[in-house]
Amino acid sequence: MDQMIFAAEIFLNGLMTGVMYALVALGFVLIFKASGVFNYAQGVLALFAALTLVGIQQGQVPFAHMINAVFGTHVEHFGWTVPSVLAIILTGAVMVLLAFLIEKLVLQHLVGQAPIILFMATIGLAYFLEGLGDVMWGANIKNLDVGLPQGISESIEGVTANWFGYGFFIDRLDIWATVIAALLVAALVAFAQYTKQGRAMRAVADDHQAALSVGISLRFIWVMVWSIAGFVALVAGIMWGTKSGVQFSLSLIALKALPVLMLGGFTSIPGAIVGGLIIGVGEKLFEFFIGPMVGGATENWFAYVLALLFLVFRPQGLFGERIIERV
Amino acid sequence: MLYREAGDFKTSYRADGQTFPIRLDRWAYYAAIAVAFLIVPFIINDYWASAVFVPFLIYAIAALGLNILTGYAGQVSLGTGGFMAVGAYAVYKLMTAFPEISIVIHILLAGGITAIVGMLFGLPSLRIKGFYLAVATLAAQFFLVWLFNKVPWFYNYSASGQINAPERTILGFAVSGPAASASTKYLVCLVFAFVLAWVARNLTRGTSGRKWMAIRDMDIAAEIIGVNPLAAKLSAFAVSSFFVGIAGALLFSVYLGAAEVGEAFGINKSFLVLFMIIIGGLGSIFGSFAGAAFMVLMPVLLKNLLVGGFGWPTDLAAHIELMIVGALIVFFLIAEPHGLARLWALTKEKLRLWPFPH
Amino acid sequence: MNQQTEITADGRQIGGTLMEMKNITLRFGGVEAIKNISFDIREGEIRAIIGPNGAGKSSMLNVISGFYVPQEGEIWFKGARRGPMKPYEVARLGIARTFQNIALFDGMTVLDNIMTGRLNRMRAGFLSQALWWGAAEREEIENRERVERVIDFLEIQNIRKTPVGRLPYGLKKRVELARALAAEPQILLLDEPMAGMNVEEKEDMSRFVLDVNDEFGTTIALIEHDMGVVMDLSDRVVVMDYGRKIGDGTPDEVRNNQEVIDAYLGVAHD
Repeated sequence: MDQMIFAAEIFLNGLMTGVMYALVALGFVLIFKASGVFNYAQGVLALFAALTLVGIQQGQVPFAHMINAVFGTHVEHFGWTVPSVLAIILTGAVMVLLAFLIEKLVLQHLVGQAPIILFMATIGLAYFLEGLGDVMWGANIKNLDVGLPQGISESIEGVTANWFGYGFFIDRLDIWATVIAALLVAALVAFAQYTKQGRAMRAVADDHQAALSVGISLRFIWVMVWSIAGFVALVAGIMWGTKSGVQFSLSLIALKALPVLMLGGFTSIPGAIVGGLIIGVGEKLFEFFIGPMVGGATENWFAYVLALLFLVFRPQGLFGERIIERV
Repeated sequence: MLYREAGDFKTSYRADGQTFPIRLDRWAYYAAIAVAFLIVPFIINDYWASAVFVPFLIYAIAALGLNILTGYAGQVSLGTGGFMAVGAYAVYKLMTAFPEISIVIHILLAGGITAIVGMLFGLPSLRIKGFYLAVATLAAQFFLVWLFNKVPWFYNYSASGQINAPERTILGFAVSGPAASASTKYLVCLVFAFVLAWVARNLTRGTSGRKWMAIRDMDIAAEIIGVNPLAAKLSAFAVSSFFVGIAGALLFSVYLGAAEVGEAFGINKSFLVLFMIIIGGLGSIFGSFAGAAFMVLMPVLLKNLLVGGFGWPTDLAAHIELMIVGALIVFFLIAEPHGLARLWALTKEKLRLWPFPH
Repeated sequence: MNQQTEITADGRQIGGTLMEMKNITLRFGGVEAIKNISFDIREGEIRAIIGPNGAGKSSMLNVISGFYVPQEGEIWFKGARRGPMKPYEVARLGIARTFQNIALFDGMTVLDNIMTGRLNRMRAGFLSQALWWGAAEREEIENRERVERVIDFLEIQNIRKTPVGRLPYGLKKRVELARALAAEPQILLLDEPMAGMNVEEKEDMSRFVLDVNDEFGTTIALIEHDMGVVMDLSDRVVVMDYGRKIGDGTPDEVRNNQEVIDAYLGVAHD
């Protein structure tokens, strides 16, 4: 019985992690659908966004480290701090600018290349952004606080203690993150389904040529989806950064989104959501039940192996379109 | 004027199929081999061996391996680091379990063990293609690293969780452990790299290579003309992993001497080798070497320039290096998706017609 | 195996049944692409399958080459029933083909592409290949000689070492034919060999098809759109429409078949 209650607590935690995975995965799906690019840099985008946010908030001088090295100066801070909301808006603007630059400097020159070439280009992009983030804002671990509530939720602990005789430990931040992520997911789905830009985006995803012929601007759509991806990355960066500090490992959450995509299918929005939940819950439960027997830390690989095994039996993923081969 | 094939007639299919059809290329190749074997070993010192030559040769072997899988057979793998770890841990277990057997046998066996593991993770490639496969190979990367970290048997229950290479000799010369000299380390790696490059060339120019390339270029058509896709893909995984396993074994036993799996064989290693073959040239033996040389030399040069030349702190130099590597990858993919090898080929093509290009 | 060997007017030999399709039905989901079709291919003949767009010709060729597996019906090859097979196993029986949308290996040279046609005849072990010693090198040279004969025959000596991706359409078609021929197949399947060609290229290709049949005695089954070409080339013709067989016989018989005229010549000629 105790075991089951623990499992339920872990299930809840897993569900909340899963929503975050789903959010990051959604960033992938949007870009993949609209531009056929499998964006490996999504995680580094989240890291970059979080670094920029902290930097702006605390009034850090960009490239301070490099300026000091070159000119022998000792600049670090401008001496002001920026309110969270303004800092988030400014960071959002930076992400849009970044999207524009990526389209201009990278994607535009790779139109018509094989998907795998584009994929490798985004790996290069990921390296570049990782280095850029460090050079701009410094590589030390930073605390991120935009005023999200943190700490154990006493009310949930109280309620569950009443019900089961055992209080669930659930972080308020996780609850907030889940709510925000769920809202964002809903907003993105609504955007893709019901707005003019969303329809244009889906049209591009279906057929570049046909979309062009009815007067949709590919470049605009690409800048838009990369901006959206940047925005999603910013939200993910805020959540994860608040939770465990802004540091390199933040970029690895995006790697977790990859098996989510494999499970859900690269082109399916519901797939990303369901896949995220399955992996979030699955890896937590696996670690709880099987982890202790094999030495723990199974979260490192569980998602990949699950996705791999799943794909062997269903190569197109949960919701992906069935592939019919022709000659 | 000397560099051309006119007058260099081939009178048999054997001569037509040789590796360097142009006489000057052949001479250049022999000269490079002679310098590598007869001159470098006598002038090499510890700094050059450990900063440049030994890592270059080892990574060249890994790049050859990945190039067979990705460049020739078209199966993208992000699991190279994990497979190198298999080679390293296999050679470690063999070295400590059978100290009386030659380390050469151990290294070859480590390659064989890696080949088997590689085939196992290659099995899904029949059903999974493209990105899906690339992501699936991440499963190998993360699972293998976790396995070597968590199962104490693999690191002989050592307290630190590290593996340390004991001293082993070939013909009386120490090749692993602290007593090994720069020139022996270099020579051992050179012999492996030379032989494996020759094997890679042989495999890729013959039946196996054509099967791999057919699968790469159009898998459905390949199957219809009689290529068994599973056999072709698995053989590519096996050969590739054999090379990568040997590279991992050498990296640990000869180069590093001690290794902690997450640090030495993490996902960054997978990307490093992938970058080597992109920059060097997919589907090219020469490219594997060129890419390895580039990726080994660039950090050394940058460090000398930024830290030694400008006096910048090392961490800043490391971050700038990341940016430069990333930018170069993007640049190469935009400018020349076929890498250094193609640039070299184009230069030679021009040279062949020089000075009368019309 | 009941037919007698015949000698055609132009002196070619046509033997007994080489392949027989019995009551083949192929469905994709609810759509029947091929409905209960039977026909045979005799040794040494040129057999054409014609029909309007969407008649199921390409599906039929894909059934023969093993790419699609029919839900019903039997395929008999050389007097034995062919069980369910993977495409590469079918290829190893001696059935080679070309493709409507050229399916060459773009990253390889013309020579390497044609050499892939001989992959099924290469037996050298892995070690021999790795060391390029013994069987591997011997085989390579022997097979290269065979391939050179095909190259001479199709007159593509000058593009031997050109990467296939750089070739114009007509030459690609010819290289594809060369790859199939290099396999020295028992049956050669040609999927619209003349599609997208100009008159001159069509004439060249027709000549090659006839020469292949004449010189090597290769049995050929081809799909073609161009009625004129088909009638001139083939010994016997199967006519398909909407997945059904509506005619079968010599070009003259087919030409005078009322159903064929209605379905193909009269109504849906494109």
